[in-house]
Amino acid sequence: MTESSTIMLLNGENCLRAVNGRKTDKNGFVKNHCLFQQQQQKYRRPKENHNIWHNGGLYKKPFVESFEETPLLVAVLTYMGYGILTIFGYLRDFLRNWKFEKCHVATEREEQKDFVPLYQDFENFYTRNLYMRIRDNWNRPICSVPGAKMDLVERATHDYNWTFEHTGKVVKDVINMGSYNYLGFAENTGLCADAATECTVKYGVAVCSSRHEMGNFDIHEELEQLVARFLGVESAMTFGMGFATNSMNIPALAGKGCLILSDELNHASLVLGARLSGSTIRVFKHNNMQSLEKLLRDAIVHGQPRTHRPWKKILILVEGIYSMEGSIVRLPEVIALKKKYKAYLYLDEAHSIGALGPGGRGVVDYFGLDPRDVDIMMGTFTKSFGAAGGYIGGKKELIDYLRTHSHSTVYATSMSPPVAQQIITSMRCIMGEDGTTLGQERLRKLSENTTYFRKRLRDMGFIIYGNNDSPVVPLMLYMPAKIGAFGREMLKRNIGTVVVGFPATPIIESRARFCVSAAHTREMLDTALNAISEVGDLLQLKYSRHRIPTS
Amino acid sequence: MDMKNLREYLGWLYYQYLLITSIYVLEPWEQSIFNTVLFTMVAMVIYTSYVFVPIHVRLALEFFSGLCGEQPESTVALMN
Repeated sequence: MTESSTIMLLNGENCLRAVNGRKTDKNGFVKNHCLFQQQQQKYRRPKENHNIWHNGGLYKKPFVESFEETPLLVAVLTYMGYGILTIFGYLRDFLRNWKFEKCHVATEREEQKDFVPLYQDFENFYTRNLYMRIRDNWNRPICSVPGAKMDLVERATHDYNWTFEHTGKVVKDVINMGSYNYLGFAENTGLCADAATECTVKYGVAVCSSRHEMGNFDIHEELEQLVARFLGVESAMTFGMGFATNSMNIPALAGKGCLILSDELNHASLVLGARLSGSTIRVFKHNNMQSLEKLLRDAIVHGQPRTHRPWKKILILVEGIYSMEGSIVRLPEVIALKKKYKAYLYLDEAHSIGALGPGGRGVVDYFGLDPRDVDIMMGTFTKSFGAAGGYIGGKKELIDYLRTHSHSTVYATSMSPPVAQQIITSMRCIMGEDGTTLGQERLRKLSENTTYFRKRLRDMGFIIYGNNDSPVVPLMLYMPAKIGAFGREMLKRNIGTVVVGFPATPIIESRARFCVSAAHTREMLDTALNAISEVGDLLQLKYSRHRIPTS
Repeated sequence: MDMKNLREYLGWLYYQYLLITSIYVLEPWEQSIFNTVLFTMVAMVIYTSYVFVPIHVRLALEFFSGLCGEQPESTVALMN
């Protein structure tokens, strides 16, 4: 017991080791110093991974996530379906190659036929032969504001989705379950829209320069101070594009000789930024703290690959909410690990800012932690604030360094003034500084809608991934034909959904992804849920084996 | 209205078959090719089983009963 079984965290909290009752060996050292041991489970639950983790005070409320396993029959049938489509894909490619059929795909010119092929290679096989056949579920043109209800342009195709033509009609009042409109700020009337209009009248729309040269407006300075206050950090900086915030700033923060530990399911912008930086990248299993700890320990013990010198810095890249899984990062544990092993943490709150936490301040607020523990807080304004762009917040020295060294400030255009004004107004609304309780109401409505929607879907018998509190709800479809069928059937019932398939998800785990919004009323959610249940019965999507019989 | 329900039910079953085998996404002529090939294979399996399974079952029964029948006879012969 003298070999202390607790460690002191910087904020004075005691964190109990999950290993209980380890005895010391002859030297007096406890053999395994790992912070988070794999819990030895007596009964292996084969079906579900229900993690209710009460780890010695790190989590203030239960953390309930579930990723139900794919039923075996469904997996076999899905592989069979993909096999059949592959055979037909080969058949069609053969016909196209031997000119029995007109080829709609891009081909090289006659003179270049003997060169190395530019277009017809295997990577495009999937695009040509599956994606094209169900392409009418994506890129649907929207002709109104993407709020809780929207209008879609009706399209017709006469050559099986190779070309579309507009029939001239508009599908009105489609319930929007796909837009990232978590707090409902995507609207063309109201406080934010009026403020943005005034701003357009004052500044115009164009910035016409990069931030470094002539694109630094007073509205940008105001926005940055507001963002810093909102997040609870010393200083913040905003950029014109959310993707570019990640991909252009990670290279400025890490370089050769640094180590980046990135989660398995990180977004493409984080992956691109990590690759552009030139650091060594190691991937840990999704949200798995034992895997992360093992990588950290290996990195510190062995150092750089050949020379075994210590790493210049270790940067951990995680996201607040992972939009394809609906899972929330285990932030208290990541922070405990980062403090123990002296690594830096980069938190990408693209989906969680404004959507989680009692004050809408993101995943740090949700867990009740100190924002100063996260070294670099990054996020985007696209999702909850109804605007565009990204920000990075942290210590003043860090932000001053980024102001001069980031690629985005020097080369990319800065944010447009009406967009910045929209963010300012919506952020003030969320913080309550404009004197109304509108922000608080929206936050409360979002969390109510999320709980209700998830509970109803689970009770119906669908397989839903993710944390109970995340507003992103992935519903598993699995089979390739059901991807197309689900999208089309939902549109017939006037509900717009987003379905996702292979490159974005593992090949058999295709899903439909719903984004709950504070702008959805209870009636809209009920309509949507009834339609989803109907389509689920029609397509036989209710795979879950934990069905609670409805009374 | 039983015929109507029955036809609807059969239509729904066909839709499930289209979804599970992923034929749903293919063009009609490809669907016809697949249906023809599958139907031909199933017809051949049924024909083969109709012609050959009774004969094989009868031969198998004879073989096994012959095997079990011989043993007691030979021991009786030895005893005598």
